[in-house]
Formats: sequence, C-alpha cells, structure tokens
Amino acid sequence: MANPLKPVDVVLVGFGWTGSILAEQLTQTGLQVLALERGKFRDTVPDFATTQIQDELRYAARDGLFQDTARDTLTFRNSVDQTALPMRHLGSFLPGVGVGGAGVHWNGQLWRFLPEDFVIRSHTEQRYGKGFIPADMTIQDWGITYAELEPHYDTFDYLCGISGAAGNIQGQIQPGGNPFEGPRRRGYPLPPLKRSYPTVLFDKAAKEIGFKPFPCPAANASAAYKNTLDVQMGPCTYCGYCEWFGCGNYSKASPQTTILPVLLERKNFSLRTQCDVTRINLDSTSKRATGVTYVDQQGRQFEQPASLVICCTFAQHNALLLLLSRIGQPYDPKTNTGVVGRNYAYQITSGVDVFLDEIMNPFMGAGALGQAIDEFNGDNFDHGPEGFIGGGYIALWTTGGRPILQHQLPADAPKWGAGWKKAMAENYLKSASIATHGSVMSYRDSYLDLDPTYRDVYGDPLLRLTFDFHPNEIKMSGFLTDKAALIAQAMKPRSFHAIPRIGHYSIVPYQTTHNTGGCAMGADPRTSVVNKYLQSWDVHNVFVMGSSVFPQNAGYNPTGTVAALAYWAADAIKNHYLRSPGPLVHM
Amino acid sequence: MDVVHPRSLTPLITGWIALAVLICGPVSANDTGSSEVARGGYLVRAGDCEYCHTDSNGQPFAGGRAIPTPFGVIYSTNITPDATTGIGQWTSQDFYTALHTGIRRGGSHLYPAFPYPWFTKISRADVDAIKAYLDTLAPIKQSNKSAELPWPLSWRGAMFVWNTLYFDEGEYKIDTTQSAQWNRGAYLVQGVAHCGACHTPDNWLGGTKHSEALEGGNAGMHWAAPGLGSNLRDGVGGWSAAEIVEYLKTGANAKSASAGPMTDVVMNSTQYLSDADLDAIALYLKDRPHAAHETPPQTHDLGAAALARGQALFTDNCTACHNPDGRGVPKVFPPLTGSASIQANNAGTVIHVVLAGSKMAAPSSLPTGLSMPGFGWKLDDREIADVVNYARHAWGNRAPLVDAETVAAVRKDIEPSDRPSRDGASTTHPDAPVNRGNL
Repeated sequence: MANPLKPVDVVLVGFGWTGSILAEQLTQTGLQVLALERGKFRDTVPDFATTQIQDELRYAARDGLFQDTARDTLTFRNSVDQTALPMRHLGSFLPGVGVGGAGVHWNGQLWRFLPEDFVIRSHTEQRYGKGFIPADMTIQDWGITYAELEPHYDTFDYLCGISGAAGNIQGQIQPGGNPFEGPRRRGYPLPPLKRSYPTVLFDKAAKEIGFKPFPCPAANASAAYKNTLDVQMGPCTYCGYCEWFGCGNYSKASPQTTILPVLLERKNFSLRTQCDVTRINLDSTSKRATGVTYVDQQGRQFEQPASLVICCTFAQHNALLLLLSRIGQPYDPKTNTGVVGRNYAYQITSGVDVFLDEIMNPFMGAGALGQAIDEFNGDNFDHGPEGFIGGGYIALWTTGGRPILQHQLPADAPKWGAGWKKAMAENYLKSASIATHGSVMSYRDSYLDLDPTYRDVYGDPLLRLTFDFHPNEIKMSGFLTDKAALIAQAMKPRSFHAIPRIGHYSIVPYQTTHNTGGCAMGADPRTSVVNKYLQSWDVHNVFVMGSSVFPQNAGYNPTGTVAALAYWAADAIKNHYLRSPGPLVHM
Repeated sequence: MDVVHPRSLTPLITGWIALAVLICGPVSANDTGSSEVARGGYLVRAGDCEYCHTDSNGQPFAGGRAIPTPFGVIYSTNITPDATTGIGQWTSQDFYTALHTGIRRGGSHLYPAFPYPWFTKISRADVDAIKAYLDTLAPIKQSNKSAELPWPLSWRGAMFVWNTLYFDEGEYKIDTTQSAQWNRGAYLVQGVAHCGACHTPDNWLGGTKHSEALEGGNAGMHWAAPGLGSNLRDGVGGWSAAEIVEYLKTGANAKSASAGPMTDVVMNSTQYLSDADLDAIALYLKDRPHAAHETPPQTHDLGAAALARGQALFTDNCTACHNPDGRGVPKVFPPLTGSASIQANNAGTVIHVVLAGSKMAAPSSLPTGLSMPGFGWKLDDREIADVVNYARHAWGNRAPLVDAETVAAVRKDIEPSDRPSRDGASTTHPDAPVNRGNL
C-alpha cells in the first residue's frame, strides 16, 4: 500500500537537462516543484573532481555513470518476427543515471536542427513529390516551426555559454560559420574553442574540395563565462574527458554547472533522489493525472499527489512510463494504429580513419572540439538523384586521446600481440578520425512496446525495442561516408580507410546515445502522443519532454532541440496552461 | 540574583553626540519599535550570531552548536525568548551585562568563546536593539548543554582570573582625530563583527594579543585567519578598499576567494551588510598600522629536489584550475600568487584546503559556490607538504616551510577523504548539498 504524501503543484519524473530546465522555469512562478530522480545526487565536487574523473577504466570502460542494467534495462530485437532478449550490458547507447542525467556525461556538441527538419514530410513531398517517401516510412511534421523554437534555442545557448561561430545571424550569412544553419537572432556567447591540429588539416582539406567548414558549436566553454542565471563557468582545459565523464572544471555545460546552484536554493523546489517512479496515477475518468507512485531506496512505495506531472526521463523511458500508466493508445504495428511507442528512431554513424605523418597530439581534446561541414545534412542538397531522404554532418572531432578506447589503427595492422602494440605506438599520435552523423527516419516497424516476457525488479514489463536500419539509411550513410573519404584523401594522409555502417543494426558496439521517438509530438492525435506544446492529448496535466517527442531523427546531436523544446513547453505551461488548465490544442 | 555591573559612564562631550549617533546607529526619541527591531536584526547579521547559536540542522538561535576550543568543547546557548531554556526572562540590562561583561543572568561567567571581549564595545542602544530583535523570534524549548572542559576551566569562576588578565571592558570610544566613517568601521570591526576573534592572535591561554590586533590569527580547526592590516605577504594589505568590499559582499575578488569559516561568515553575515558599512570597514582596515614581520625565507631554503617534487605534483593536480603560473582564472579560480592564505606563516588553511577541499561562498549575487576537491585521498602527508611548499615558494611567493608532520597534525583533526565511492554509497563532502525533500 502506497503512503500518500503532501501534494505538490508539479512533479518532475527525472532530473536531467529537461527536468532542471522545467524546474528552474516553473519555480519562477512560485509553484511548488518536486523532482524525483532514480539515481543519486552528484555534483562537480566531489563526484567529477578533476584528477579523479579522468579514469577511463572506471567511467568509460566500466560504465561508471550509466544506467545499471541490473536494476533497469530493456529487451531488443531487430524485427517483429524475432524474440527480444533483455540487455545485460548496454553498448550502442548509454543513458545516464543520477542528477543531471546524460547531461553530465555528454560531449557538449550542441546543434540546432534545420528549419526543414521540422516540416520534413510536407517539405519532402513538395520538393520531391509524394512518391519519394517510401510507403513504410512514417515521418511526419513536428507541428512546430524552427521560427517558434528559435528564441528557446537562444535561451539555451546563453545558459550554456556555447562556443562557436555563427553562420546565419538574422538571415545574414556570416563568414566562418555554418552557412546552412537556420537564422539565429545573435551570435554565440563565446568564441570557438582553440583548434586541434587535425581539425586544422580537416578545415584546409574541406576548403580545397569546395566545402564550407566551420567550428562545431560547443557546450565546452572556450573562456570563463557567467551565464544568464549568474552561474559561473570556468574555461575548458582540453583534458579530453568529456563524453562518458563529468566535467571537473565547470567548463562543460550540465545542469550542475548552469542551473542547479540557483535552483537548489529556491525554497519552492525540492529534490528526492533514488526514487523510481513506477506509475503516473489517473483519476477515475482517466482524463486527469493525480500524481505519481514511486519506490524509494528502501523499497517503500509512496504516492505523490501533484497537479501537473512532467515526464523528463531519458528518451525511451518516457514511452515506458506512459505505457505502464495506460496513458494514450499503445502503438500496434500490425494495424498501424495507436501512438505510444510509435516512431522510435536512432542515428546512423560511420567513420573514416586517417593516418598521417605529423604528430596530432590527440590527447588535447574537448568533447565538442571539432570542425564540420554541413553540405550533406537535412535537405541542404538535392536528394533527387540520390534516392534517399535525410543526411548528416561530417566532422573531425578531437574529443580526446584516451588510451583504452580512443585510438585508430591502419586496416592492415595486426589485431593483437606485439604487432598490435607496435602499430599502436606508431599510430597513436599520428592518426585522426572523420565521423559522419546521419539522420534516421521513422518506420512502421521501428517501435517501442511492453515486453511480453521479461520484467523488472518491480514486476513490471521491460520496455521492448524493435529496430533495424532500413535501406534508405544505409544508402544515405554510404553517401556521407564517401564524402568523408574525399576529405580524408585531401588531408594527404599516408593511409586512410572507411568504416561504413552496413548490415543490420547491432545494439552491441557503441554508436550514439541519440535515441528518439515513442512519444512523438505532432498536430494530429492519431499519429502523435503529445501536441505541439508537449502536452498529452489524452491527459492534459501530463507533459512529456526530451527526444522521445521527436517524430523522427535529424542529422544532428539532439540536446539543443531537446532543451529548446523544454523551454518552449515551459513557456506554454507558464503563460497558457496555468491560467486555464486544460488542453492547449483543441481538435 | 542578577549581578549588575555598573556601566562605566563615559562622559560625552555634547558636540560628539551627533557623531556617536552616526557611528553607533540612530537613537532618537521617536525611534519606533519596528525600526529598532530591524536594526537589531541587522546587527545580529553583522555579528553572525545565528551561525554559532544554531546547531547544524538545528533550530535557528536555539543553540547547541559545539564550539571546539584548544581547551575543550563549548556548546552555544539558546538565545530564543523561551522562558525556561532561552533568554525569555532576561531583562535588557541582563542582556547588556552579558554582552558587556561576560557575566550572564544569574551571575556566572561566560567563556570567551562567546565573544564578549568584542561585544563589550557595542553601544547600549545597539545591544538593546539586538535584544529587541531576539525577542521577536519564536521561542524554542531546547536546554543548553554543559561545556566539556577540564578543571580548572570547568569552574566558571576561573574566568574571573582570565578577565582580569585579558579582558578590557568598555564601549567603543570615538577617536576624535578620525572621520565618522572611520569610526563606524572601527566600531563594527572591533565590536559586533568581532573580526579579531579570529584575525587577532591569541596567547597560550586564549587571551587576545591586543598589541597584534588584526595581524592574523587562528579560526579553529587549523584554519589560519590572515592579517587584516597592511601585511602584503600574508594579509590583505595589497587589497584596495573596493576589493575588500567586494570580498565581504561576495566571498571573492580578483585576489582571493573565501574558504572554511570565512565562507560561513560571508554567507551568514557580511553579504548582508550595507554598502556604507562595508565601505567604512574597508576604510578602517586600510588604515591599520604596518605589522612587524620576520624576513620571509628564501626559495633556496626549500632545496631543488623538494621544489621539483612539488612542481610535479602541482602540474598534475592543480594547474587545471590554478594554471601553471599560479594566477588562476580571474573571477573563477582564485590566484595563488601573492595569496595571503598561501603565504601565511601558519599554513593551516592551505593544508586544510588541499586535504579536504573547499567551497567558495555562494551569495545570491554570485550563486555558483565553486568548489575545490580535496586531495587527502590521493596525496600523502609528504606529497601535500611538497605541493604546499611549492605553492608557498613559486612565482615570488614566500613562506616558512612545512613538513609532513605539520600535514599529519591537520589530517588527524579533519575529514580529508572525499573520493566518490565505487560501492554505490552516497558520497560525502563537508559542503555537499543535501536533499530537501518534505517526506
């Protein structure tokens, strides 16, 4: 029997980026806001302290900051005719656990999606004709425009102290920036990071081919920065331990380094950690949420009443919570009806390893220290002759030169023993890698549902992921890989080789933690879980954040869009929902 | 039976009354109760009464905080207006007597952990305002704890002897050769703010060495309080008045950042002082006489080998924030070059910070509360001595050498380890935020 607790105005399920943003925004209104986080409290000191956090074995190889599959995992299969099995070790993607969520261990690669990304179906049909979109591809417009999101992208840029070079300020193309980006109201708050030598070579090679390379936007502060909440960030030291680590120097934007010092002092905010939310509770009409049920570290079950429930968990976990709580109709791929779990998508990555004669010093890196081209992202090029939809950026990142996992070897190098060691010694300092970061469209057979067999520690069904790459993505990724190889060749290396993404999707090797969908947003309740304000169509006092609302995935890292949507939704809640609680979009 | 000490009535020249009013706060016939309460509340902030008179996680002003002294533990008392356990039955005169003479209602002596040697300087009107403010607090029933002191100090009468030796009773006397602003600064520093309680050295019996006022002292638990006079090397003599004000307001300036007990002082007290009062304090501190100093040691005293060891440790552990040149990052990570805490003869502060880490003050004007991690879990006493000696001799810094024994003496008294545990247990840190749930 759950113990009922004192009601709060807002309960946030999960306390990463979106939970922190919502909490900061909604506490401004005086509401009593409570965040429930499944993991522990963590802060820069002591948890990510410099000289302590630079431990690749502990944090990267042994999953120091990631979801513990012994407590929570998912089952996976490539297609509906297979039986999904539970993942005992995560590989392809690595959700975070604990305060700050994956916002602690990300690289800080902070992009905006292209204006066309938000209207992909109507734009594609208009430019290439309706027949261009494969029948089983279930892409849809977001129900929101880039112009509507732009102010919120800007808010997040200035919260995080983004280092970069603007490419388009209010329609004016800026030299040195990304000329393909949507118009931004102003430049970045900080100048780009200092370049690594490999990015200098990439820049030169890309220009020789005729591309327009630019420094990647980085949530790694290139200089000391006091943000819009007066929180102080320190300059990045290029230690090379961003992805899969917390930042010890207050340089990488995370909830801890941008929001929490102010938020945790607000008297109308409270945080409870190590609380697993198992259900959103509904009233007898199933039209209104009454709060959530959670289990604490001691196994005690509590019922937390709240007027507003906001799902801020990592990506696919939001879909699980809605499915378990019976909010929205579960998606059924056989009949192509229902919405919750529909349109799961991912990203498709590939690389080209480059071996040079000069010393690259790869250990001097930062998570978002890179140079990129955007000629082949979104609809920045004519897809007609190529016969696929989507694209991605091509970048040379110098994220670090960590000894265990960050190294490249020529294709003909021995795979083990003394020969491997010799090749490693010869190539560690003299290699780099070009990455492609491709979009993945949504399909009728890529989805999330409740596993019929496997259950979690509370006896609830695990989430089941059914996903595979489709020919459209394999073709697109191959196209990007060829372009990356062109740049690699122009870098005049002693050798290079492509590592294309081919065959079925494998959940084992790490690719990217950019899972999307399951709670798609949109203008039509028959194909979306939430409306354009991220409000549940079915239960108006439930909102859903994060990349789970993306109807399909774009060719960029998602955090910028995740954060902009969170500010957009917070704005709608503050200025519209609170005045008159009820559906913000009427059908 | 109340012991009432006759006030030593200082004859005031009529012409100085106006100045006295300026310095010791407004006193007038039409002074309303509420403005007296507000002034009392301000003075309670200025005196940081709440910090000592509140146990960690305890009820405000209900006492119970353990105050470690070199002689034993003393517990602060309940100063809420509870009639039986607090000061609800105290008259204004009782309260004035306690602050002014160190003798509490009932006649027994207070220990000078209660800073009556400074509070004696506070004017009667201000003491009454403080009492008026405390009378507005919610009464909390919480009995006081007995001090844990060895004989003869456990006998409070011993304080009569101590007072005779070390206590100069009497309200602040205006220095007619100085401005009203100077006098206001002096009144605050010497009186209610009791800066000298930490920043003036004590003798072996805990008596204040008035001859060395504000030349640097001991703030407990190995925290060295830097000199507030004109000392350039180990004090704030090189700070401008504006830098002193900025530090007291925010806990940091271009030259330094707060650590240890000073972070608490900024957070509980000085950040709330008016700009006029902070300016007055700065003016007064800038006018301290030069402190006498022994010649600082030369770099070669350290020896090339120790310097090299220290430099290697510094490069590996400290440069990410403080930079190889020791200058830190302006407004973010404090410089070590020219730092008073680094160069203090008593290396307690720097050793304490290296062992256990430190969190800067986080007032609303500067809310981050940047923290330095502790290194006690990874560096042994000899290594910490090496790195501390390096920081005390590099970049023109000069200070006496420390050795592993000095570090060991600090380590045994504090909680040095704050490495995140691998077993899933929650980490602990002296300044770690706690969940503020309302279960």
